[in-house]
Amino acid sequence: MPNVTFVNETLAAYSDYAFRTAVVIYLVAMVLHLGEYARDRVSSVAVPVAVGAPAPISQPAGDTGRAKRSRAERFGRTAVALTILGAGLHVGSLALRGAAVLRWPWGNMYEFCSAICLVAVLGWLFVLRRTPAMRRVGAFVLLPVVVLLFLAGTVLYAQAAPVMPALRSYWLAIHVTAASISGGLLLVAGVSSALFLVRVRAPRDATDGFVALLPTRDTLDRVAYRLTVIAFPIWTFAIMTGAIWAEAAWGRFWGWDPKETVAFVAWVVYGGYLHARATAGWRNGGAAWVNVVGFAVMLFNLFFVNLVTAGLHSYAGVS
Amino acid sequence: MSLSTHPRAEPAQPTESAEPPRHRTPIALLRNTWRGLTSMRTALVLLFLLALAALPGALLPQRSLNPAKIEQYRLQHPSLAPLLERLGFFEVFASPWFAAIYLLLFISLIGCLGPRTLDYARACRAAPVVTPRNLSRMPHYASGTVDASPGEVLADVWRRLRGWRVAVSPEPDGGHAVSAERGYLREAGNLTFHLALVGLLIAFAVGKLFGYEGQVIVLTDGNQFCNTGILGYDSFQAGTLVDGTSLSPFCVKVDTFDADYLPSGQPADYRAGIGYQVGADLANGPNGPWRPYQLKVNAPLRIVGDRVYLLGHGYAPVFTVTFPDGEVRTATTQWRPADPNTLLSEGATKIDRPGLADEAQRRRNQLAITGLLAPTSSGGTLITSVFPALLRPEVAVDILRGDLGLDDGRGQSIFEVDQRQIASGALTRVARKNLRPGEQLRLDDGTTVRFDRVTQWVSLQISHDPAQQWVLVFAVAVLAGLATSLTIKRRRFWVRLRPADGAGRTAMEIGGLARTDQAGYGEEFFRLRADLLRERKTGGGA
Ligand code: HEM
Repeated sequence: MPNVTFVNETLAAYSDYAFRTAVVIYLVAMVLHLGEYARDRVSSVAVPVAVGAPAPISQPAGDTGRAKRSRAERFGRTAVALTILGAGLHVGSLALRGAAVLRWPWGNMYEFCSAICLVAVLGWLFVLRRTPAMRRVGAFVLLPVVVLLFLAGTVLYAQAAPVMPALRSYWLAIHVTAASISGGLLLVAGVSSALFLVRVRAPRDATDGFVALLPTRDTLDRVAYRLTVIAFPIWTFAIMTGAIWAEAAWGRFWGWDPKETVAFVAWVVYGGYLHARATAGWRNGGAAWVNVVGFAVMLFNLFFVNLVTAGLHSYAGVS
Repeated sequence: MSLSTHPRAEPAQPTESAEPPRHRTPIALLRNTWRGLTSMRTALVLLFLLALAALPGALLPQRSLNPAKIEQYRLQHPSLAPLLERLGFFEVFASPWFAAIYLLLFISLIGCLGPRTLDYARACRAAPVVTPRNLSRMPHYASGTVDASPGEVLADVWRRLRGWRVAVSPEPDGGHAVSAERGYLREAGNLTFHLALVGLLIAFAVGKLFGYEGQVIVLTDGNQFCNTGILGYDSFQAGTLVDGTSLSPFCVKVDTFDADYLPSGQPADYRAGIGYQVGADLANGPNGPWRPYQLKVNAPLRIVGDRVYLLGHGYAPVFTVTFPDGEVRTATTQWRPADPNTLLSEGATKIDRPGLADEAQRRRNQLAITGLLAPTSSGGTLITSVFPALLRPEVAVDILRGDLGLDDGRGQSIFEVDQRQIASGALTRVARKNLRPGEQLRLDDGTTVRFDRVTQWVSLQISHDPAQQWVLVFAVAVLAGLATSLTIKRRRFWVRLRPADGAGRTAMEIGGLARTDQAGYGEEFFRLRADLLRERKTGGGA
């Protein structure tokens, strides 16, 4: 048999180790981010007490507040450091799988979910660099990432193997890469919009509870918008290259196959988001809802369409 | 509809409430309808309706994708299905309501784009807007005094605003106001995006009207298919404006088919070795030269505006029947895969008894060889297939003799015998046996049936879409327009200079406004502020 069928089992095994380790590290990072909340919550309760105390403004109370905050700070920083470490292993896991099967490592749902999550984490780290105030959102970004990776590594897991004939094309690299980049970025955007919705529900001057610790509305909104603005053209590109590929593989560039249809629906919803955000009256929540719905449609496309409906995109590799 | 703030969308409320609420004349009614239709809000609603309307296309079985599934759905939901059927939910993308939504959306889009294109053309020629009297009201503002004469500062401002459209006007107090604007390409990109969407839709529709698609099964070992008419196809779907009389002429000859499989049986690669004739070649006929091509799954053959695809493949057993009178017939009929993973196939090879002049007698002596074909047989009496490649072929066949019912005018499947003929006793089983290649069996009347070998068939699809290059052109324009309109920001910048007390000093105010999205303008403004103010700043500040 030709060498397309070759699989390096050793590399594949290392890839799996790296994957599992990365998931565990993300999980720990998420817990630390949550710890940052618990700590912070204590300190934000402590501070009003200190302020309310009779003059002179108690030095000790201020100090403990600062001490606790700095512990929260330590939690947060460690969480970020772990996220970076996890991302490194995650990159390694995909690279090893690619090397094990000598093709682009996103040919089935396990690999594809892993790639989406990697982009989400990298996108998240990028956001964090530009907007440090977003750090508190870490737990909410890592939560869907950990859940998706867990599902990918269990239910969706597929042994390292070559792909079927229809997937033997350089369009696999182009189309699926674009789909995972946009999917990953839109995940972070969706989380940001969802938290924006939580935030607008609360009074603007809320000082208590976890809502008060979230970044400001404007920050959340801006992050969601910027990520969507980057991801939307990439998503458009992913759909178009999918169409070009479909013309070569399936005999027509567009045939309203379920995956195509739902990709189109998601595209329209995100287009709607960009319009809504530019329309007066939609900025205080309306647009954010649209963004959240958009991400729900993406998830639907990933899970329901791949696993439940039987379309041409059933390469999921899940049996 | 636009990705930027629609200039006409925002002040809509006050003007509308100022108008009389009742439409007095039909013209006014028309005008109001038109305005409503082309407003951003309507476009937004239509956009969401479009998304919503497309969803059933993914959730319910669709006729164009898989008609068999509709039947299944009908059985499961006997009361709901007829209603859905009537409302067009099984053909969402051909339904009038889906068409109504996207047509309204595109009318709205065109109604919006026309005026916007004019506005844009005007704005491109106009000077930047005058400097507002009170710059400190702008979202970005800074002021200071610099150690340079107003003339020098003005020259500096000019230099820094390269790439901006700039207008300078003298002010009554001896100073100057500079007004600058850039990011005009954003609107151009935006208009391109939306216009290209309209173009895309039109090209798509043209392709649907004038395109066709047909499927045909061709045996390997040199069998041919010529694209001369609809009848040559096993199935054919055509646009409304295709009558099938002027298909592009070409012929295809299939020589070989090869597949590679992984040890698990998963296919790894398919290749069909074919030849084709087109144009002047066709005059040479089937024996003339054929141009060779290797047809693969991701590599269709593209000729004279048509594309030939390799869709699938299967096996065709070859049987030779020797009748008692010495007449010999060899038959090769495609059998269809019953199990896609192991390619266990089923079918019916039908043979007319030759040399019988009497019609009734001929009909009583037809033969059918039906059963299973395992490309890699499990062996044993009840065979099945354990691998999709042709490693150890074996057939398990029933031989039926009698009247196949081929002449009664009802079409019948090439993969099955007519069960009614068996039920009525017109067709009876006369033998059953498992055969390997070269083995044969003998019937009671002395006829022998030999299983010679297995050949293969491929199923080809021929597609024709005269507008698909245009779809691609418009898609590229959509993407380019989108990228431009999302990355470029339309923004304004103003400077007001006044001679300050003390010779050679200038008081300076700067203001900035991002016309589209505030995000990202801050940094640019701060850079300009630093360049213009801080370098030589001696007092004041932001
Ligand atoms: C118009 C045509 C196409 C569209 C609109 C399209 C759309 C998409 C979308 C939206 C995804 C992201 C997956 C998700 O979110 O679940 C995706 C993934 C993918 N596409 Fe396509 N696609 C098209 C054509 C093709 C073709 C022709 C192939 C291969 C023959 C292909 C192979 C894949 C694979 C392998 C993945 C990733 C893994 C998976 O979901 O199983 N696509 N496509």
